[in-house]
Amino acid sequence: MLGYALRRLVLAIPLLIGITLISFSVIHLAPGEPTELGTGDTPIQSDREVRERLRQMYGLDKPLHVQYWNWLARLVQLDFGRSFSPDARPVLQKIGERLPVTLLLNVVEMMIIVALAIPIGVFSATRQYSKFDKITTIFVFVGFATPDFWLALMLMILFGVQLGWLPISGLRSPTWEYLSFWRQQWDFVGHLILPILVATFGGLAGFSRYMRQSMLEVVRQDYIQSARAKGLAESVVIGKHALRNALLPIVTVLGLSLPGLIGGSVIVESIFAIPGMGQLMVQAVFERDYPVIMGNLVIVATLTLGANLIADLTYSLVDPRIRVAARRGRR
Amino acid sequence: MRGFWRALRRNRLALAGGVVVVVLAVLALLAPVISPRDPNRLDVKRILDAPSKAHPLGTDQLGRDVLSRMLYGARVSLAVGFVSVGIAAAIGIVLGSLAGYHGGTTDAMVMRLVDLMLVFPRFFLLLAVLAFLRPSIWTIMTVIGLTGWMSVARLVRAEFLSLKEREFVLWSQSIGATAFRIIWRHILPNAIAPVLVAMTLGIPAAILTESGLSFLGLGVQPPHATWGNILNEGKDAIEIGWWLSVYPGLAILVTVLSYNLLGEGIRDALDPRLRQSVGRIVSRRR
Repeated sequence: MLGYALRRLVLAIPLLIGITLISFSVIHLAPGEPTELGTGDTPIQSDREVRERLRQMYGLDKPLHVQYWNWLARLVQLDFGRSFSPDARPVLQKIGERLPVTLLLNVVEMMIIVALAIPIGVFSATRQYSKFDKITTIFVFVGFATPDFWLALMLMILFGVQLGWLPISGLRSPTWEYLSFWRQQWDFVGHLILPILVATFGGLAGFSRYMRQSMLEVVRQDYIQSARAKGLAESVVIGKHALRNALLPIVTVLGLSLPGLIGGSVIVESIFAIPGMGQLMVQAVFERDYPVIMGNLVIVATLTLGANLIADLTYSLVDPRIRVAARRGRR
Repeated sequence: MRGFWRALRRNRLALAGGVVVVVLAVLALLAPVISPRDPNRLDVKRILDAPSKAHPLGTDQLGRDVLSRMLYGARVSLAVGFVSVGIAAAIGIVLGSLAGYHGGTTDAMVMRLVDLMLVFPRFFLLLAVLAFLRPSIWTIMTVIGLTGWMSVARLVRAEFLSLKEREFVLWSQSIGATAFRIIWRHILPNAIAPVLVAMTLGIPAAILTESGLSFLGLGVQPPHATWGNILNEGKDAIEIGWWLSVYPGLAILVTVLSYNLLGEGIRDALDPRLRQSVGRIVSRRR
């Protein structure tokens, strides 16, 4: 197991370098000098100022490999530079404030999705073509097709504006400081309900579909037949023998869908004015705050890589076949 | 081929999806003819009018007719969907077939590149790139295409891996056909079915991405009407003008749903075996 983990870690190193290479090349993607662009309808700073600061920061007059090497050297020391916005704070500090919020959102989403998708998938697979199965299939198709920002708007109109049940922006009410402890917690939870509902919707559709598919494949296997043949109760056959095997591919899918979930937080955080990484990214793009954009890109990709690695290792932990195959060099 | 049409015709949902897809394309093409009004004509007397006979879907903050704007928006959505998926498919086919046919180092490098691209949450990468570029419909198409080729590359590679061992390939190799000729003339035509399915399913994903970007104000810029930026403007009038938020979103939902139904229908009709592989590999959205 340790050997396998080490091998995966070593394989992640080129990807890590790749992340820095792609992020670095983004700066140079623009036609001509990246600093000569005047984008945006309302430039926060004059073009010349931005150009000068970028030139200083990335040493754009030096040869490419020197630029990359200097940038990488600072990256390794976790020095992402300072924000171009008036507060000029270190990028790392800005991101550090936002990261916990995005992580919290994504972890809660993930838990809800898994908790709901597994039973839904199992039920619709074991009762294929039943009414329940048909309804979930419709839900899956609609869930896939619903734009998350539109769902957010509709929920805001319904619960925020029409009914007035839930807050639709930020994480805390303006009166938060004056509330009692428990009221404060409730206030916080209330602010999270709509964003998490929106973020879970699409992912839930996808996962319950995967779970159903995985379950359908497993119940066709011979060992399920033999489990039934030796007289085990159907609940044991499904709940124990089938479920355990059907869950295996889900671990991988979970890891692979992480970038999607994190990417989704861009939209959700922007709409609900939640101070997380996604909102920071959008603000930075509007303000042409390039150091924050680059820092965000590198950190989000690195985190995703780490999470994929964990998913990979978990998979091999629960399924010994993977480790054996890897040892024989078949993977 | 006849079996394909028969199977597709029997799938009523896919058929319905196909009909909507065709109707949408016709509406988008005919937008200049059938739009009741000029999508950009301001009318200060009719600001945020509720849906009425004169304006079936109401007007926006500048008094522009929402129905006309949505018809023109359909052109943008479909154009972005088709062009960006075309770009993605071209890249994916070239890289996937090189990796699958040559194997070895080429394969390893292409697959590592795929892994690498998949590590970036698509929206973060798109936003970072767009921060440096002038947002226009062409840049949007290009960047969506450049960040969406990975699933096609994987599919094509997988097809090539199994096809290149088949006898017709071995025979053409034995008579000295060039690698280019074998890839292009012999293997690719046999691998095209899953690519077509992936492309049909890629169009709605691209439409969702574009409308998301436009909704954030970072996609196709006003005064060009797109479904995403009508929603973006509607967001500010959410308490008065619900029609600005409801209809464009419904349009996106129906479009994406129809393409998905059609895509899945084509997949099942082409080859029921694909049901698993394509569904597995084609990941969704950002």
